[in-house]
Amino acid sequence: MTALHSRAIGRDLLRRDGRLKVTGTAPYAYEGPLGKPAYCHLIQATIARGRVTGMDTTSAQAIDGVITVLTADNAERLASTEDNELAVLQSDEVAFRGQIIGAVIAETSEVARHAAGTVQVTYAQEPHDVELSVDRADLYKPYKINPAYPTDTADGDVAAAMASAPVTLENTYTTAMYHNNPMEPHTTTALWDGSLTMWDSTQGVHSARSVIARVFGFDHEQVRVVCPYVGGGFGSKGTPHAHVVVAVMAARATPGRAVKLALTRQQMFFLTGYRTPTIQKMQLAADRDGHLAAIALDVVEQTSRIKEFAEQTGMPTRSMYAAPNRRTTHRLAALDVPVPTWMRAPGECPGMFGPEVALDELAEQLGLDPIELRIRNEPSVDPDSGRPWSSRNLIACLREGAERFGWAERDPAPGVRRQGDWLVGTGVAASVYPTYRMAVSTATLRYERSRYVVEIGAADLGTGTWTTLPQIAADALGVDVDDVDARIGDTDYPIASVAGGSSGMSTWGSAIVEAARAFRDKFGTDPADGDEAEGSVSPPTGKYAMHAFGAQFVEARVHADTGEIRVPRLLGVFAAGRIINPRTARSQFIGGMTMGLSMALHEQSVLDPRFGHVVNHDFADYHISVCADVGDVQAHWIDEYDPHVNAMGSKGIGEIGIVGTAAAVVNAVHHATGVRVRDLPVTLDKVLAQLTPN
Amino acid sequence: MKTELSLDVDGEPYHLAVDTRMTLLDLLRERLGKMSPKKGCDHGQCGACTVLINGRRALACLALAVAHDGSEVVTADGLAHDGALHPVAQAFLDHDAFQCGYCTPGQICSAVGMLDEFAQGWPSAATIYPASEPELDHDEVAERMSGNLCRCGAYANIVPAVQDAAGQMAPR
Ligand code: FES
Ligand code: FES
Repeated sequence: MTALHSRAIGRDLLRRDGRLKVTGTAPYAYEGPLGKPAYCHLIQATIARGRVTGMDTTSAQAIDGVITVLTADNAERLASTEDNELAVLQSDEVAFRGQIIGAVIAETSEVARHAAGTVQVTYAQEPHDVELSVDRADLYKPYKINPAYPTDTADGDVAAAMASAPVTLENTYTTAMYHNNPMEPHTTTALWDGSLTMWDSTQGVHSARSVIARVFGFDHEQVRVVCPYVGGGFGSKGTPHAHVVVAVMAARATPGRAVKLALTRQQMFFLTGYRTPTIQKMQLAADRDGHLAAIALDVVEQTSRIKEFAEQTGMPTRSMYAAPNRRTTHRLAALDVPVPTWMRAPGECPGMFGPEVALDELAEQLGLDPIELRIRNEPSVDPDSGRPWSSRNLIACLREGAERFGWAERDPAPGVRRQGDWLVGTGVAASVYPTYRMAVSTATLRYERSRYVVEIGAADLGTGTWTTLPQIAADALGVDVDDVDARIGDTDYPIASVAGGSSGMSTWGSAIVEAARAFRDKFGTDPADGDEAEGSVSPPTGKYAMHAFGAQFVEARVHADTGEIRVPRLLGVFAAGRIINPRTARSQFIGGMTMGLSMALHEQSVLDPRFGHVVNHDFADYHISVCADVGDVQAHWIDEYDPHVNAMGSKGIGEIGIVGTAAAVVNAVHHATGVRVRDLPVTLDKVLAQLTPN
Repeated sequence: MKTELSLDVDGEPYHLAVDTRMTLLDLLRERLGKMSPKKGCDHGQCGACTVLINGRRALACLALAVAHDGSEVVTADGLAHDGALHPVAQAFLDHDAFQCGYCTPGQICSAVGMLDEFAQGWPSAATIYPASEPELDHDEVAERMSGNLCRCGAYANIVPAVQDAAGQMAPR
């Protein structure tokens, strides 16, 4: 791979879409000017399992302004019902509470919502089961874990190493159920006039199109999906959920008239996916110097009865540290619950919680600094694949972080620093995230009115794509970045992979570099107006194990009397290849760390076993970090250029910020108080219960 | 049921009949096509819909349109003047105090309203008494901006942006 000479790459450039965003005029999926749209409001099941035996829509139909009511009785039959989550209104079966059982289409949003509430539903209810536990008899081994990794791995003999090693640790850690909760609710505006146009809040217009085309049996050419701006997604907008299907049904019921369907915040807790809770049994065996003899992680998690999603929680343990004996397993319970999905760093985020807290505990047992323990177990090649690292600078991150954070003066003793009423401690954890490059993406480069225009159906979730793609194109063409425009977020532009797995820049950027090469080969440096070339990404060679690494450092203060936890300082150092735009990159890193802090201290979806719903299904009760919860958050990176990952030498950065953060918080709380909380979130009741009064 | 009302939005007068159930937020977005205020929760829990009503920050999703007959409403879009961004908006841009931008118009309206509250001597939970000369330090800004959620986690940039804008708007 020939390296790009970087002039625009690496520059701190303002967001190109910034002005639209600070004035609120960037059009999100609900916001296009569309004449007189109709509005759609969903009707949801109020039981967690059973059948709908009747829906009386008479009073709803009679309300002035109601256009029609869709139910399983009158909704169109879908061409493909293979994906049960999307087979909406196709049968009377209810598989989880909150499932869509109907929809009202009306002249205004008020009428639609009011009418939806008047529909009388009767059910044949069956007993449901929504409780995940580690000892369920029906836990099963999925065929693969997300997206296509082996379910279990084993090397050597962990049991023998546990029996013979001088120092061992065996603990269970749990992470909660979390909801992505992007700030912009999931929304689809759909217009059917023989072909379909969807303004959908999505992380991938092309993937949304292919899913909808398959479900309805449309040709791709019949479907256009538009989404220039996304109000966050964090995975939940990575693939269409059931409401998108309903929006299209609604549009087809009102041909020629656009229909708007915006989920309410509450509905999102049932319908747009979430991160499964995980139960992580962790085993470590080590010699007295801290060299690991064994590392094992056995994970239990949930999926829904109608669709499997197997979070790859054991993945980071497969690669992170050296140990001759190793094992990871995943077992699932299929419950009467909504369908789980991707949430920021699926696998790595929950999967670095147990292991990174366990390492902190092992360091304490050994009387070794937790950074030193990690350094001693640095693997020379990827323990999972046996392949060499394309680059691995975890140690550099740990060392630089230690330096910046002031780790050297740290007294390792837990629970001994008191300032006034506050117990003070610090903690560290490592992070990892794979560097993916998707197999399919194409960019077009055109010379248009003396400017270079890149077109690709990519997405900007706040990640900076509008700004960073021109930076890559400028360097690939050898022109000034101000002479390059980007056009994204529309299936009228060439196919682009979904913005997921932190793969956007690597994938789309690679396609742009290829397009620029083709353009220069064809037209030289003096192109004519309208000259155009195309380029596509090529799959990775598979020669190297490719990952970004990082380390998070946390200062925690715990109130000695109340157990209240504050985090005044959060510092991350990352090794993520070349940084395309330091401004947008810093925002991604601090955003990820802030979400990790939120996961550590605040977030938890509480599922009521009696009714099968998340009781805290709004922002009053599902707490995410607010401004006052967040202190000094710093992101730094080491100067890394990785020639093997892609032509830019860059790795994805959207997810790694969250990965180790929760473990670092827990480790800092332990250092402050001596209390080890192994179940997220770390709330004051859990700390207070073990805090010895003094 | 419909009721007539008059309203000034971003400097433009409107006179219209609205469904009495309609919130000010839906009036702005669905009737007037003013999409600058965002709907994040519709329950007064996120701040995305924050606008200025007669100069005070308010949650448009909790305001019934009919209760605001005769009011002057300013959205983040209306804060710009003659093509120049409002100093708070400019500071958000300069500090990259957002990612997806969905919470941003609400954050900006909230900050504008908050700076005015601060200038008038309104205390907050973070104000230390006696506050002879309260400072707009990190804790004051963070406390006063905590009604505006940002899932992208831009808080660490939002606080300096607001402080920066405050400094520019009222040079001491
Ligand atoms: S939409 Fe008004 S506070 Fe959330
Ligand atoms: S910028 Fe995305 S929610 Fe604040």
